[in-house]
Amino acid sequence: MFAKSIRKDHYGYYFIAPFFILFAIFGLYPILYSLYISFTNFDGITTPDFVGMGNYIAVLQDPLFYKTLFNTLFIWGVSVVPQLTVSLVLAFILNDKLLKGRDFFRAVYFFPNIVTAASLGLLVSLIFDWQSGGLNHFLVQVGLIDDPINWKNDPWFMRLIVSSILFFQYFGYSMVIYLAGLQGIDPALQEAAQMDGAKKKHIFIHIIVPMLRPIILFQMITSIIGGIQIFDQPFTLTNGTGGPDRAAMTSIMYLYNVAFQSTRFGYGAAIAFCLFIIIILLSVVSFMMTKRKSRA
Amino acid sequence: MPTVKPVEQQKVTLQQYDTVRRLTLGKVIIYLCLIGLAVLCIIPFYLMLIYSTHNNATIASTFTFLPGPFLLDNYTNMASKINIWRGFANSFFIAGTSTVLSLYIGSLTAYGFAKFKFKGRNWLFLFLLATMMVPGQLALIGMYRLFSMLGLLDSYAAIILPAAANAFNVFFIKQFMESSIPDEIIESARVDGAGEFRTFNQIVLPILGPAISALGIFTFIGSWNNFLTPLVLFFSLDKYPLPVLVALVQGYYGMDYGLLYLGVAISILPIIIVFAIFSRQIIGSVALGAVKG
Repeated sequence: MFAKSIRKDHYGYYFIAPFFILFAIFGLYPILYSLYISFTNFDGITTPDFVGMGNYIAVLQDPLFYKTLFNTLFIWGVSVVPQLTVSLVLAFILNDKLLKGRDFFRAVYFFPNIVTAASLGLLVSLIFDWQSGGLNHFLVQVGLIDDPINWKNDPWFMRLIVSSILFFQYFGYSMVIYLAGLQGIDPALQEAAQMDGAKKKHIFIHIIVPMLRPIILFQMITSIIGGIQIFDQPFTLTNGTGGPDRAAMTSIMYLYNVAFQSTRFGYGAAIAFCLFIIIILLSVVSFMMTKRKSRA
Repeated sequence: MPTVKPVEQQKVTLQQYDTVRRLTLGKVIIYLCLIGLAVLCIIPFYLMLIYSTHNNATIASTFTFLPGPFLLDNYTNMASKINIWRGFANSFFIAGTSTVLSLYIGSLTAYGFAKFKFKGRNWLFLFLLATMMVPGQLALIGMYRLFSMLGLLDSYAAIILPAAANAFNVFFIKQFMESSIPDEIIESARVDGAGEFRTFNQIVLPILGPAISALGIFTFIGSWNNFLTPLVLFFSLDKYPLPVLVALVQGYYGMDYGLLYLGVAISILPIIIVFAIFSRQIIGSVALGAVKG
């Protein structure tokens, strides 16, 4: 029987072949083709001219690239820190067996994560509208403000709105991942600490957080990858314009504008690869940071 | 569902009787915070539903949290301008086919990796995992060019084919397969003379059923919410999936607020319904996928 199963092993290739063929054609090839285009001045119609590092040099000297990169990192940073902290605390609270309505809270907090990001951006845009938005009407009616505030006219406020949307969409997701991590921690550890008179606060800081370090690293890296790719929410929130002074224009929105609105595909592809390099650098940095902490 | 055993509860209560009493105020605060956060999560969607039943005049002048009488007017208004059900059907078709395809191919691949010890298996699997780290936008421009060369721009295939090779699904199904499908079942099917693909289709696939359906819901929602790729690869209004259609409507008919709220509501409603029914499976599949990562 054992010998028989060994003879079957080459069947493994047949089983994995469809995936790798599809991936080679529709995943790998487009990436390599993008890489090639990034060294040309391809406009979508005429034959591409090879320009070497030209596009990359231009990207590195492009003030708008830096601006959108700043916007992206600002929007991501402002949302990710509260998102990862609040979700960790929530996971700790909702992991308590004595808490009533645990499943309800988990479901409600997770829900915004699966809502269409594009539609959510549009919805927030409507609610924050200067004249017709529900928020202004509410604030006027309650008496907090006298005149409607033109929220969408302020660059910093626009960035903060996008950050809030991201927080709103992702804190429940992070919470579920932390909860899953908490299930892996031996409850005896917490019970022992409790017996020794440790308070919840101390259990959280000295037992839960250190034990969850791998999960925190996982969250950091996935949030970096996702954060650089922010597109749907700011795109629909600002109706594709990027908002006042392009304050909410993210790097991928810039990439979209350059490549698919201005049909400068070569330049757009160079932007894409610059962003990829930034993602790798940030991931390595966060990996090293978590490593150093765990040694200390 | 983890139910609290009365005995256990009593033990804990006795053990920390003092702490429980002293923490009462703290507990009240915790519950208030939890409820407040829950309300914050629901309010935007509640407002969306309410505002879709009002006309422009009401929306532009007052704050209200009660439904109005203009739902039908908004709907006929919208139906006269865009074909929202066409967008709905597009979304369903694209999400449905890419889910089924990616699940089947994902299961095939996971089976190959989990149950056959061929040369280079570990390296290939590592490669597959590494592809999950690469952001999709990297391929976008090359994909646009590839599909324009193949003449497949503005066709459903341009969205469905790339989605069929979903590395996360392979990873997820492989985890499940290793723990739930014993080698003995496969061996005995072989002894009984079943071919390898027959074994897969008739024995392995049915056992995977529950796990695959949980993952399927999640894949479907992910595909339904996909925005950038169809925005780039489609041009004709009657091809756009629902979220893209609704977002573009903002540019065309930006001043009709009741219509816009209704459009957003229709694009989110299927997600609300799916989540209301399957929230446990969806949350479970996220948790399972993450921890093993």
